[in-house]
Amino acid sequence: MNKKKSVVSYNKWGYIFLIPFAVVFVIFQLIPLINTVKNSFFESYRDGLTIIGPNWVGLKNYFKLFSEGNILKYFKNTMIMWIMGFVPQIILSLLFAAWFSDPSLRLKCQRFFKTVIYLPNLIMASAFSMLFFTLFSTVGPVNDILMKIGIFKEAYDFMAHTGSVRFLVALMNCLMWFGNTTILLLAGMMGIDTSLFEAAEVDGATANQVFWKITLPILKPILIYVMITSLIGGLQMFDVPQILTNGKGSPNNTSTTLIMCLNNHLYSKNYGMGGALSVVLFVITGILSVIVFKFNGTEDKYGKA
Amino acid sequence: MKKRLLALSMAMIMAAGTLAGCEGNTGASTTTETTTTESGSGSTTTEAEPTKAPELDTTVEAEDISTEEEGKVLNIYCWNEEFKSRLTDHYPGYTEVDATHGKIGDIDVVWNITPNENNAYQDNLDQTLLKQDSAAADDKIDLFLVEADYALKYVDTDYTLPVTDLGISLSELSTQYKYTQDVMTSSDGKLKGLSWQGCPGVLIYSREAAKAVLGSDDPATVQEAVKDWDTYKATAADVKKAGYYMTATVNDTFRTFSNNVSTPWVSADKKIQIDDNIKKWVDDTKEMFDAGYIKSSDALWSDAWSSGFYPDGKVFCYFGPAWMINFSMAADTEGSIANLGQWGATEGPQGFFWGGTWICAANGTDNKATVADIMRKLTVDKDIMMDIVKADSDFVNNQPAMEEAATNDDYAFAVLGGQNPLAMFANGAKAISLDKITSYDQGCNEEFQNAMKDYFDGTVDYDTALNNFYDKITTKYPALSK
Repeated sequence: MNKKKSVVSYNKWGYIFLIPFAVVFVIFQLIPLINTVKNSFFESYRDGLTIIGPNWVGLKNYFKLFSEGNILKYFKNTMIMWIMGFVPQIILSLLFAAWFSDPSLRLKCQRFFKTVIYLPNLIMASAFSMLFFTLFSTVGPVNDILMKIGIFKEAYDFMAHTGSVRFLVALMNCLMWFGNTTILLLAGMMGIDTSLFEAAEVDGATANQVFWKITLPILKPILIYVMITSLIGGLQMFDVPQILTNGKGSPNNTSTTLIMCLNNHLYSKNYGMGGALSVVLFVITGILSVIVFKFNGTEDKYGKA
Repeated sequence: MKKRLLALSMAMIMAAGTLAGCEGNTGASTTTETTTTESGSGSTTTEAEPTKAPELDTTVEAEDISTEEEGKVLNIYCWNEEFKSRLTDHYPGYTEVDATHGKIGDIDVVWNITPNENNAYQDNLDQTLLKQDSAAADDKIDLFLVEADYALKYVDTDYTLPVTDLGISLSELSTQYKYTQDVMTSSDGKLKGLSWQGCPGVLIYSREAAKAVLGSDDPATVQEAVKDWDTYKATAADVKKAGYYMTATVNDTFRTFSNNVSTPWVSADKKIQIDDNIKKWVDDTKEMFDAGYIKSSDALWSDAWSSGFYPDGKVFCYFGPAWMINFSMAADTEGSIANLGQWGATEGPQGFFWGGTWICAANGTDNKATVADIMRKLTVDKDIMMDIVKADSDFVNNQPAMEEAATNDDYAFAVLGGQNPLAMFANGAKAISLDKITSYDQGCNEEFQNAMKDYFDGTVDYDTALNNFYDKITTKYPALSK
């Protein structure tokens, strides 16, 4: 009898400690989440100072989103810009992490470089894009320099070409996040038992083989984490293209992301369309995350020791 | 595996929660908004009647407000420093405390300044106006400014007070230009706001460039070279040969076309319409931009636009009203053309107006007497208005005084090298008609210019650009349709 009681009271503490999180989660995340889904079934916006709705319209917002809106185009833009930034980002990060964690290289000033590569992440994204906007404007220093050394005859309008705008967005995202990814991967690499490396060395493995056959497979959980968080962050890409193109997603809406589209809907407080877009984004995020997860997870059955 | 899936789904709900956070917070406030505006929404049904021509009901008597007590705080909503500097420099008894605070007697003046672009000012103002009923007396908006592009949105609502409610009688306002009152007249004949300025636009040319291209900087010679759009285009070719650009950006000429339309942006049944004259602007501008007569396809107020304020910018002309010459063209910066007094002004190919600021009293203000006094001093008091002309080179809303000053060399503009353009403005002001404006104009003008930039740059064809415009505008104003 006594024993049973003490077990119950221990369990109780577990729940008590969970209360603060649960309350915050329910109030600030779960209820807004449910509200968003609810809003997506209503017509509700402002026309000037007149408030229209909320009127129940069923799935009309979703139909409208896919028939009239450019949601597929915006999804494509978002994914293109994310991939353009993420691929170099993960390559750079793996390279740096491998260098930093390799004791045989004896890199000097490691701390300094680790700090430096993380620094761009500390700048506010909007400030960073303002800086790029100024640097790459037609009357900005980049054009000045390129014209002076004779690469361009006249100023190249970086903001007027799809490729250059997407490149700049990808470049900024890559610069901002590769430091963060490096630190994460580095932590993962440091956690690998050094005896494995030593054993590989004894067996005559080259540095390449060690990296591909030992480091990467063991690093996989961290890699999946990095990929999923980056994917979710990528789908929610907003601040960089918003500021760089002044909210216009120019040229020809080819740099408008899903969240920029959401933001445009909120100018008229259009909660119906905004809600529908958010729900669609939620579903897309879910599907893509499952795909990444499955894709990386299948080998586990065989790879497990 | 199951545990992992559970972990994954938990992580996703968390992520989605963060995503939904911003959405939900605003969602929560909808309910309060709906309840507070029920009183106001009834009267707004006629709001977007585009070709309304309400007559001012002159029988309304001014109310006596002398017995009402004044609130301690005067909240002013506006979008730039212009009105603030007018008040600081010309309103007797206003003392500045800091950048966003001032004092009139023992009333604290609080400035709330939000930039105009992308409807930011309107959104902020609307948000606060919708809560006006439930706000504490000191938090209520007392006075706000509106521009022609969206004035109608506020005129026909209960959020603005008729000036007669402030104790101003209509007979006091006889010196003002009629168009400034027509815009602000509600459909039931009440005058809802007053302006201190008139905004007829002119063509502002660089004297140096005019000498280089036309051999003379005399306004009459220049006018001959820009008298209609065909001549204007021919001159642009010469301007290019002389190493100058006709205008700094593609959007400089936009207002001259958009103010001379025969259909408003939005029809009575809320359909978007592209007027022939707007299409003509697109065609003309595309032709001139492709020929290299126009410096940049960037927006107004961009760096490329303002580069022509300096001699190195090599820009022949700008289109703008009086406030632009003084307020926007870097007159205070050493070395700018305005600072050197090297601009000239002439009528240009077509008359137009741009902007114009109206002072409105917000319904619920507890500072009626102060608001009325500001209106009287700035929009009626001849001495103060003439001071504004002298000090700020503005064109004020006082017909007899302007016609008198037009012939008086004392009122020559320093930025125009001693030219007195008031006669030109006075003629323009009489011709202004605002019967084609709608409450959606700011969004339409802005988004149309943004969308056409791609067409001018050659990124897309006209139809795609037009579709992008429709897409953006129906997102911005869900009530409108193609």
